[in-house]
Amino acid sequence: MILKPHRHWALAFLWLLAGPLMAAPEKTPGRLDHWAFKAPVRPALPEVKDRRWVRNPIDRFILARLEKEGLKPSPEADPITLLRRLFLDLIGLPPSIAEADAFLADPSPDRFEKQAEKLLGSPHHGERWGRHWLDAARYADSDGYEKDKQRSVWFYRDWVVGAFNRDLPYDQFIIEQIAGDQLPGAAAGQSVATGFLRNSMVNEEGGVDPEQFRMEAMFDRMDAIGKSILGLTIQCGQCHDHKYDPLAQEEYYRLFAFLNNDHEANIAAYTPEEEMRRAEIHRGIREIEAELRHRHPDWPERLARWEEEARGGQPEWTVVRPEVDDISTGGQKYLPLPDGSLLAQGYAPTKHAVKLTVKTDMPKITAFRLELLNDANLPLGGPGRSIWGTCALTEFEVEAAPAGDQARKEKVKIAAATADVEPAEAPLAPIFDDRSGKRRVTGPALFAIDENELTAWGIEVGPGRRNQERKAVFAAAAPISNPGGTVLVFYLKQNHGGWNSDDNQNHNLGRFRLSITSAPQAAADLLPRRVREILAVPREERAPAQTAVLFSAWRAAVPEWKEANERIEALWKRHPEGSSQLVLSAREEARDTRILKRGDFLKPGRPVSAGVPAFLHPLPEGAPPTRLTLARWLADRRSPTAARAMVNRVWQAYFGIGLVSTPEDLGTQSGPPSHPELLDWLAVEFMEGGWSLKRLHRLIVGSAAYRQSSRVSLELLALDPYNRLLARGPRFRVEGEIVRDIALAASGLLNPNIGGRSVFPPLPAFLLVPPASYGPKVWPEETGPERFRRSLYTFRYRSVPYPALQTFDVPNGDFSCVRRVRSNTPLQALMTLNEPVFLECARALARRALEEGGRSDPERLAYAFRRCVSRRPSAEEEKELLNLLEEEKRGFADDSKAWELAAADPSHPPRLPEGESPADLAAWTLVARVLLNLDETITKE
Amino acid sequence: MNCQAHLYRGQDPKLLTRRWFFKDCAIGLGALALHQLFREAGFAAPESPTRPPVLADPLAPKQPHHAGKAKNVIFLFMAGAPSHLELFDYKPQLARFDGTLPPPELVKGYRAAFINPSSTFLGPKFKFARHGRCGAELSELLPNLAEVVDEIAIVKSMVTDAFNHAPAQIFMNTGSTQFGRPSMGAWITYGLGSESSDLPGFVVFSSGAKGPSGGNSNWGSGFLPTVYQGVQFRSGGEPVLYLSNPRGLDDSLQRRSLDALERLNRLRFEAIGDPEIATRINSFEMAYRMQSSAPELMDIAREPKHILELYGAEPGKASFANNCLLARRLVERGVRFVQLFHEAWDQHGNLVADLKKNCRDTDRACAALVKDLKQRGLLEETIVIWGGEFGRTPMVQGGNDGRDHHPNAFTLWLAGGGIKAGLTLGETDEFGFNAVKDRVHVHDLHATLLHLLGFDHTRLTFRFQGRDFRLTDVHGEIVEKLLA
Repeated sequence: MILKPHRHWALAFLWLLAGPLMAAPEKTPGRLDHWAFKAPVRPALPEVKDRRWVRNPIDRFILARLEKEGLKPSPEADPITLLRRLFLDLIGLPPSIAEADAFLADPSPDRFEKQAEKLLGSPHHGERWGRHWLDAARYADSDGYEKDKQRSVWFYRDWVVGAFNRDLPYDQFIIEQIAGDQLPGAAAGQSVATGFLRNSMVNEEGGVDPEQFRMEAMFDRMDAIGKSILGLTIQCGQCHDHKYDPLAQEEYYRLFAFLNNDHEANIAAYTPEEEMRRAEIHRGIREIEAELRHRHPDWPERLARWEEEARGGQPEWTVVRPEVDDISTGGQKYLPLPDGSLLAQGYAPTKHAVKLTVKTDMPKITAFRLELLNDANLPLGGPGRSIWGTCALTEFEVEAAPAGDQARKEKVKIAAATADVEPAEAPLAPIFDDRSGKRRVTGPALFAIDENELTAWGIEVGPGRRNQERKAVFAAAAPISNPGGTVLVFYLKQNHGGWNSDDNQNHNLGRFRLSITSAPQAAADLLPRRVREILAVPREERAPAQTAVLFSAWRAAVPEWKEANERIEALWKRHPEGSSQLVLSAREEARDTRILKRGDFLKPGRPVSAGVPAFLHPLPEGAPPTRLTLARWLADRRSPTAARAMVNRVWQAYFGIGLVSTPEDLGTQSGPPSHPELLDWLAVEFMEGGWSLKRLHRLIVGSAAYRQSSRVSLELLALDPYNRLLARGPRFRVEGEIVRDIALAASGLLNPNIGGRSVFPPLPAFLLVPPASYGPKVWPEETGPERFRRSLYTFRYRSVPYPALQTFDVPNGDFSCVRRVRSNTPLQALMTLNEPVFLECARALARRALEEGGRSDPERLAYAFRRCVSRRPSAEEEKELLNLLEEEKRGFADDSKAWELAAADPSHPPRLPEGESPADLAAWTLVARVLLNLDETITKE
Repeated sequence: MNCQAHLYRGQDPKLLTRRWFFKDCAIGLGALALHQLFREAGFAAPESPTRPPVLADPLAPKQPHHAGKAKNVIFLFMAGAPSHLELFDYKPQLARFDGTLPPPELVKGYRAAFINPSSTFLGPKFKFARHGRCGAELSELLPNLAEVVDEIAIVKSMVTDAFNHAPAQIFMNTGSTQFGRPSMGAWITYGLGSESSDLPGFVVFSSGAKGPSGGNSNWGSGFLPTVYQGVQFRSGGEPVLYLSNPRGLDDSLQRRSLDALERLNRLRFEAIGDPEIATRINSFEMAYRMQSSAPELMDIAREPKHILELYGAEPGKASFANNCLLARRLVERGVRFVQLFHEAWDQHGNLVADLKKNCRDTDRACAALVKDLKQRGLLEETIVIWGGEFGRTPMVQGGNDGRDHHPNAFTLWLAGGGIKAGLTLGETDEFGFNAVKDRVHVHDLHATLLHLLGFDHTRLTFRFQGRDFRLTDVHGEIVEKLLA
């Protein structure tokens, strides 16, 4: 119904747009009285006049409001529009023609419900809804800031997708992301979920203070929890008391204290297949060892003899705590730890020689020990800083001078180098290529004292065993003795990294410790520390697992068991690489959390203990100050905001705007809810339904409100421009990922595989190199089927967002986002018209129309049209498109010109369907391009 | 970068991007009543910047709070942080104390990025002389700038909050060291709209050895609508991503395709009534226009030879000089904010050689831009800013040819648009370590720029997450002395 315009309407429209539709909130609301701070209570269903319209309780609330405003709901959308809406909402992909036909042919009255159920069971459902959460979780595949290096965190992404697919209850979903690692009997997957908190950016540009940026990451985590879980703006509390909501600065830091006690950990994560392989390997090793024990029943005695031999003769080592020379670090920071070790942090140069100076009173020094230690904060636990947690020591050098007479400093001649791992000489992996063209290798400890820049002591022994403590001992040719003490200057040269320090190419030591001894002929202890520790336990007190560890250490050195040992080595070689994942792991000791004056980490104020804001629900009595306590509190049934925040965002995804239009802030400054009772009803229903999101989806898509036609009259547009009253169905452009996924699906190019590493579809090369990007970025463009994966899997560099997504308002993960903008710009038009992947889609759709669409052009057109928008074209639309087709077929008289447009590679044109000319395909490509660019194609109607 | 609140406080998201709809609504809407309705609703009325336009095109020119002196900005962002001590801020005492340790009280509590704060002083590496009627002191590295020194104001007393590149660049460009805030260009385009109808309101170029450390967030729109974010142009190849038609598709094919597309979209609009469809129609039209206007803009070969020479610009080459010339061409075409990033100034080492090279690459074009804008009468309404994210330490890094990051003092210069020409503002101490007189904090710079553009910086706000955000956060004082 189009009304004749009238001044009155126009003014009403202006007023509606200029001012809020809902009553303005009171100027000074009682802060604690605010509706959102009180737990929702299930309201009674309102009475409505037109009961026939009502399908479920949602409709009662919607209709009551409409009736109050004197409005009527719109009629139900036609089945095909509704089907496409349902597909886009539940899986983010359009229905295929076969699916549409099957739906239309289904005579059952509950065909819509059946279809919804099918889609809720589709693995694509998790992709579509997981993406919303990934916005809130500020997911990206790179570190952000200047270096913006790649990080491998896709296990978290897949965990989120999987959680939506298996309908993990939302409270559990929250708990695992905040403290999955602290759940009793936590499995590896549950630790992956804490990647939610670790999605913060990491600044490793030269010269950073790592603690400063750890704090930035902490603020970011607080913000993410505030927006995504609490639905409250809490970041004000960083600097001062919240101006509007009753959150004191101290309360902010009390929440902060729950999160402040963790390692920024990085673990290896394995796919189910990789886990199976790992299990096979370990089982295989256990079997071989059991077989050895079985065939050699005297093993306990032999082991005991070996233990006796192994026990003696270890030199006494004294740990030294050297000063780090700032200039020598190449910009890397070395954090001294209480055990005397140094932890490398911040920027990671690929070549540097750190200079370490220490004075010692040891009267005689015969040897130096370098221990490489594990640390949760290193890649895969270290001990190195490479992406595999490995490192290489190019040269170990030491100078000595009598204390007080630095002029007599002399280089110490090293006579021998031994290590507990002495790998065979091997060339460096490609990521350490320094473009020198020289053959650079790692190998035994001798490589660290051979004065050869090209060789280094390495610890690489393959996945499964590379991330363990190692040590090397460097024996001086002659003892160093200075009666007044000695100044030792160590140079740890680490030049075995790659050419690009803006990429993950370092090969540095991660955490290490230096010790000295006066013992003669000191050599590296071949036994790991944990074996030494077990040896110290009296035999009768040892657990069977400890004995097994000793057995493994011993059997590897029994010469006559060579064959068995080789079989075990062969098993280890099959160990999967796995992938890294950023997670949190609790520190043994809690950090001291203080209120930071104006949020400045250099201005700590008084200490605070972990706690929660007084205006929200209380913590259980006596709960320990752990992340798990916080997690359970966040997802508590008594939380006033957790359920409301989530149902509001789900509503927003369906209808384009939430019941509260500010999903990130339900606080006193939020927009008033359009249907407050409905919000509460849904929140309570959600919680009482076991926090099941699929149940919530069923409820929403089952409502009459959802099924309305989105056709809008001028009158209604004027009255309710945002469609907050829902007198019509939602209609808006789909999200950026789905814009692209629709094109991929319609063209048939889409590779529908679920999960796995992020992929690299085509991207203009210049974006990845200076001066467009800070440094050169790695982007191995996919040439196989991975080229056409769903956009969810597109690799996300924070500093170089993928243009086809960024242009359609996809956030880049710099910070938590619970509401995307929806813009409509010329740059979007250029994207869908000209971007290579969209163009490949147009070509593919054209071919499909020719090959599969039928014999006549109208049939083919209907086929292509339906692949894009599901419905058939109207007569007028058909005429328009067939005209274009005819006209352009004539325009491509010349084959080579036609191939230029129609073939990805004109010099190797594809085979044509029988009876078709290149001009036909080119003209169809043009038509397909028009179809893919229709407003309707990228719109949920 | 673009997560934000288009729906806040009763604003219709769909009506925020109305430009082409209204501008050309004849093409799509014909006799439709909607047209009349919108017109009667008064979308064309001037909007106040604190109450963002609802019906109007978000990029339509808008009136600021007061009559501004300037209406355009060209920000020459010298990323990496140029050494104030070699370029603008001559310190004879630093030369005298070269090789000696700084007084302990000077560096007490000082945090440096790379060096031990107690590193020896490094004397200035270049000669300085006074220039122009104003007698401002400039390094021998800047002979071209010396020619326009009476047109510019030099601020020697800049201070900032951050001393790592990415956070400090983000701070200079968004007023916050945390990511997620709108950039200055986005704020200004939000406040003033743009006078170009077929180019974006905020255009960004990048040149130099690297890209800017802060990446895209330097020109992001934060929580402002995405139409205000900077659009990256390239000085070579396609200036805008995917601007060119695909291979094998000429202009007439493109036109016929777009005509068909428009008619189909119009049919849908008539059936459904969603004005978003009309916006889409107009987005495609504008895209089509941009396909010819952007290449025309980029075609500097049409500039007379003496202008190319003035800048040192060479058609077909990607360079800072070309970008300066393009900046002028953009401003001429009504683009509101142009930002050139030149990331080349991070001289931890190689100070002498790199500064020589950087000044060779940039000095002539910077001075040319000022001259050229002036001779066209554009300088009065255009503010040119030259500067980086922080300064460099008076202390040496490495041997004797490098300086570390330094937030306590740095220099930038401004010209045009109500800036007091010929002024040298502020002083640092005898070593160039601390700004000691007329300190200008980054927030103060922002406040002053907004003032010159006609805004009360405390009132150019956007409501997000329950509070009114502004470029200057809760800070910022207008630097009155800088005003003409």
